[in-house]
Amino acid sequence: MNRIKYIKIRKKLQESCVGIAGLGGLGSNAAISLARAGVGRLVLVDFDKVEESNLTRQYYFLKQIGQLKTKAMKENIKKIDPNIKVETFNQKLKKGSMEKPFYDVDVVIEALDHATTKATFIEEIMLKFPEKPIVAASGVTGYGDSDRISTKNFKKLNVVYDEEALSSDDDVLLAPRVSLIANWEANIAIEILLGKDI
Amino acid sequence: MIEVNGRKIEWMEKETVIELLKRVKYTFPLVVVKINDKVILRKNFHNTTVPNNSKISVIHMTSGG
Repeated sequence: MNRIKYIKIRKKLQESCVGIAGLGGLGSNAAISLARAGVGRLVLVDFDKVEESNLTRQYYFLKQIGQLKTKAMKENIKKIDPNIKVETFNQKLKKGSMEKPFYDVDVVIEALDHATTKATFIEEIMLKFPEKPIVAASGVTGYGDSDRISTKNFKKLNVVYDEEALSSDDDVLLAPRVSLIANWEANIAIEILLGKDI
Repeated sequence: MIEVNGRKIEWMEKETVIELLKRVKYTFPLVVVKINDKVILRKNFHNTTVPNNSKISVIHMTSGG
């Protein structure tokens, strides 16, 4: 490993902040990756509790069933690195004020569940914070077909995208593909945070 | 002729983005439409017309996360 480059990267990431909307399959896995990479501050938003059915793909454990996802995720992150600042908002994002928890983050990751909520959230961030980089994902269901996934760029919006994947109402959600896309989102966030001058 | 997500279709004069989306049957929750690299937000779909020979990208959101 290139030690000098690594130290530079860790320093820059330590001063950075990523906001994550939703702590399900996408958000929980992205949060853990960003914590391991050394992002210094994470803003996490979710209203839900951990359920047994979540454990097939979300970064929680049996004994966390029934806990708020925000609390459980903070606990899991602190086990990796107690120095990471984790700010949690246990709330449902409501149309008209969805952007509020993310006003001071460097990058926003959209990790929500329903298609309409995803679309509304992205539009709201784009309208209210036109300069804020957003990383979103669409098409996480199923298995295999990794090569169908690509990143679509629209100014500040980056969408990890698989046009052919079905809605989760008509297909399955499995750990490999969900965490692949979650980490793809995290990887784009890191790319945005570090820029090109490292 | 115009191209929508790689698919070539006939150009129609004065057609707005919203009319085009209806014509190609994109009814899912949309995020962005890009016409020749220019981003068109949903609130402008009804007053933006699609020029001939343009390349249109449509990004849609599918449930799952």
